[in-house]
Amino acid sequence: MSESIRQSKTSSKEGQSGLVTEQSGDHNSAELVDALDDILDQIDEVLEQNAEEFVKNYVQKGGQ
Amino acid sequence: MATEKICGIETEYGILVTGMEMSPMTASSLLVNAYTDDGLSLRAWDFEHERPDIDARSGWNPTADYPEVEMLMANSVLSNGSRFYVDHAHPEISTPECRSIRDVVLYDRASEEIIRQSLSRANRRLPDGVEMRLYKNNSDGKGNSYGCHENYLVSRHTPFGALSTFITTHFVSRQVFTGAGKVGVEQPREGEARVWYQISQRADFFEEPVGLETTVRRPIVNTRDEPHCDPSQWRRLHVIVGDANMSETATFLKLGSTAIVLAMIEDGVFPESLVINDPVTEIRRVSHDITMTHAMHMRDGSYKTALEIQDEILQQAIQWFAQVESDPLGGDSQEVIRLWGDVLARLNNDPESLTDTIDWIAKRRILEAMRIRDDLAYDHPRLKAIDLQYHEMSESRGLYPKLGCLTMCQQVDVLRAMSLPPSDTRAFFRGTCISTWPQSVTSANWDSVVFDVGEAHLQRIPMMNPLKGTKDHVGHLFEECSTVQELLLRLGDDVESVVDDPGW
Repeated sequence: MSESIRQSKTSSKEGQSGLVTEQSGDHNSAELVDALDDILDQIDEVLEQNAEEFVKNYVQKGGQ
Repeated sequence: MATEKICGIETEYGILVTGMEMSPMTASSLLVNAYTDDGLSLRAWDFEHERPDIDARSGWNPTADYPEVEMLMANSVLSNGSRFYVDHAHPEISTPECRSIRDVVLYDRASEEIIRQSLSRANRRLPDGVEMRLYKNNSDGKGNSYGCHENYLVSRHTPFGALSTFITTHFVSRQVFTGAGKVGVEQPREGEARVWYQISQRADFFEEPVGLETTVRRPIVNTRDEPHCDPSQWRRLHVIVGDANMSETATFLKLGSTAIVLAMIEDGVFPESLVINDPVTEIRRVSHDITMTHAMHMRDGSYKTALEIQDEILQQAIQWFAQVESDPLGGDSQEVIRLWGDVLARLNNDPESLTDTIDWIAKRRILEAMRIRDDLAYDHPRLKAIDLQYHEMSESRGLYPKLGCLTMCQQVDVLRAMSLPPSDTRAFFRGTCISTWPQSVTSANWDSVVFDVGEAHLQRIPMMNPLKGTKDHVGHLFEECSTVQELLLRLGDDVESVVDDPGW
């Protein structure tokens, strides 16, 4: 993500939140791949072991 | 001049109980009560003025399948001015009325934290081996949908036909940045290609361009005419077509762009050529095309993609904003327009640069990475499990927080917004009454608070103007009055006696 979205004004009104002005810096593609691998590892740890059963049982009544 | 855009969001959460049979109504009640039994919330909603059967086009419409008002389920008002209740077998939370788009995002985040805290408390009450789970999504993947509704005040003087026609163009095309992403297609149409992944959770469920229904034959523009304020001045546009967003930036852009488009329609400057011929068909086609190249047939004979339509709306919004004397978005228009332009430019040139900003792109990134790494078929259940868990509210199992997406709100502000109302709408009066005199408030709703001060009749304070009851307006009363009786005396002519049993 480049700076154009991250750099944003903080609200002048007291008590209101502003966009967080994080500095992401430049990432090379190897770093991005590593980051994605880390995310997939984290997902592996928490994803339902029996995905088929979980998906089958996720049934909701319709709402509005 | 456009009406000030008082806004809010109401979200129905998906609910699941594992380890025992429990109806979703019981589970939802358990969840709401687990949060509100600390005595700091009000467990009585006042159903006075609830009229989901009034149609913006024709007044009372007894033939439509409007939802019944459910008066017997858990139904609470919180000290931050929001409503936390059970609706149609789902727990639902509505933010307080907000005067800026930033505040809507903040209170939507506060609602998520309230849901997480409720979930934790509810699970402590369930037997070992039984667990409740909640999902901020809009579909179970099997043809059942539940909503995340946006609400915007608009002028009663704006003709509903024009409003409906033009806002439809925005609803169909805004999906490119509001979509939360979904694996698979529901309610497939004959002859339609079956895509493995689509932009929106909700687009498959719309069958009419305009209508009063919300649970069947859902319309792109809902005509429920229930303003919860002075109906001679305002209508409330009840938007049922959107997805629930996990991304704070997407929520900000969804609400902000829509509020600006409504203000442009009120000011008569929405580009009149931007009318889609067949929005019911096109809303699905736009959602089903993750390349964002589908061109829609417009009423003027041209063909335009969702991005081309959005670019035109944005250019008009820039011109509109240069002319407005007073920002109807509480000072947020400039930031909305800047972010809107940046996101559209990236969607046009480099959508992958939005993997930490736009939900459907963030979700697709991890689905594709998992699919390629493990050589999964497109219909592998693990991909659908990722789709569901992206929206899961459990801190350990929810996937969204692991992706490192861009945030807007500071956590300290979110925690404060769980208990304190916005200071600049009538939500301030509602919430502060509940936190100051919880024993004396017998019920509340969007447009009134009812007190029991030990007299023969209950006392109702009507709040038909959402811009009154603010901290500036009544804050001093809470400092100066030590009892409810004093407050009611100071409010004088604003107090009504409620003779009839209000019915809770």
